[in-house]
Amino acid sequence: MIHVVLPAHLKTLAGVDAVVELDVEGPVTQRAILDALEARFPMLRGTIRDHATRERRAFLRFFACAEDWSHASPDALLPEAVASGAEPFLVVGAVAGG
Amino acid sequence: MSRVRVLVGTKKGAFVLNSDGTRREWDVSGPHFAGWEVYHVKGSPADPDRIWASQCSGWFGQVIPRSDDGGKTWGPVGNEFAYQGVPGTHQWYDGTPHPWEFKRVWHLEPSLDDPDTVYAGVEDAALFRSSDAGATWEELAGLRGHGSGPHWQPGAGGLCLHTILLDPSDPRRIYIAISAAGAFRTVDGGDTWQAINKGLVSQYIPDPTAEVGHCVHRIALHPARPNVLYMQKHWDVMRSDDGGDSWHEVSGNLPSDFGFPIEVHAHEPDTVYVVPIKSDSEHYPPEGKLRVYRSRTGGDEWEPLTRGLPQEDCYVNILRDGMAVDSLDPCGVYFGTTGGQVYGSADEGDSWTPIVRDLPPVLSVEVQTLP
Repeated sequence: MIHVVLPAHLKTLAGVDAVVELDVEGPVTQRAILDALEARFPMLRGTIRDHATRERRAFLRFFACAEDWSHASPDALLPEAVASGAEPFLVVGAVAGG
Repeated sequence: MSRVRVLVGTKKGAFVLNSDGTRREWDVSGPHFAGWEVYHVKGSPADPDRIWASQCSGWFGQVIPRSDDGGKTWGPVGNEFAYQGVPGTHQWYDGTPHPWEFKRVWHLEPSLDDPDTVYAGVEDAALFRSSDAGATWEELAGLRGHGSGPHWQPGAGGLCLHTILLDPSDPRRIYIAISAAGAFRTVDGGDTWQAINKGLVSQYIPDPTAEVGHCVHRIALHPARPNVLYMQKHWDVMRSDDGGDSWHEVSGNLPSDFGFPIEVHAHEPDTVYVVPIKSDSEHYPPEGKLRVYRSRTGGDEWEPLTRGLPQEDCYVNILRDGMAVDSLDPCGVYFGTTGGQVYGSADEGDSWTPIVRDLPPVLSVEVQTLP
């Protein structure tokens, strides 16, 4: 079970108040996690990634295991600790975005 | 007794202000969408319990919430605004071509008779329509295809389509305005568009009387006389008596003809309201006195309305969608400021009272008059 931590405003939009738990089939990548997240919470489409290009919005960051994965390929395998659920995948609002 | 619902969009959320027909006591709810910029909130004339909002953020982009219970609860609808075809380019601030990129929805204009249809004016300037209660949005691409689109250039606030006027006498006739391109009109429901800027004079563009390039801040009409349009331009208050075919200046005795909103009295098509602002760089009232100006002659002759408004040390601005009227008798007038005040008048502007004083900067004010 993958654990995803959303910023407060997206938790409100999605109607969740805690860490989101997701089943992800196949290799655990950013794309796979975000595809599963948007499938479960369609209201988040367009708020993390651009609708058309599926690229990360400029003022969001993706962190995992104390590393910034924002500029990694969306198809790169994330650490085993994320895949196992031991560590969360974090969607974080950049300091400059508001 | 009739009721009034004032819908306020601010830099950090939306607020709903409710009162009965006396307009003396107000119930304030909000912030809705706390922390998000709410550019506009507007209710459907066909179903007043249906309200649309534009909720956006530098982090998370655009969300469109819809309420079906008069603003008590909200749920997100579709938020994909995709330009039709290859978007092409418009002019950037430095005069170079710049790709069309969706940034946000500035204005939502619900259909006059179909609660499931709503128009959205967006930045970079384009007009979208949803006919399925907001689930999907389709660009009316004939506007950007007008031919002048590659020459449109953003104003200081961005290349925004900020005004949408639906003609109640002809559902195929729509007026829109873009900063800084000008005003446009369709008479075929949005398939084709004509620039309607003849008579505008703008010294800040190379050809002051060019077909496009004018920084129109807002236009307004009275539903009983939709062929008469009023315009607050970057400078100049203008009027058209022929549905936008030509314009003439009606700034008259205003202390400044710079400003943003312009609004028409609900029952008197010749009674118009503006809020003069000192200049294009000094976005506050002349002399630090917050004065609404009212013309009862369709322009040219203006009277200051000051009772209840600060007459010293006032340096707020009133943005283009920041003024609205109710349709009670006497007509109520409302406006919000960048200082977070929302003022209301229950006597056509003769006197004013702050409904709320300390909201975030107000981006928009709309009013619903309810049975």
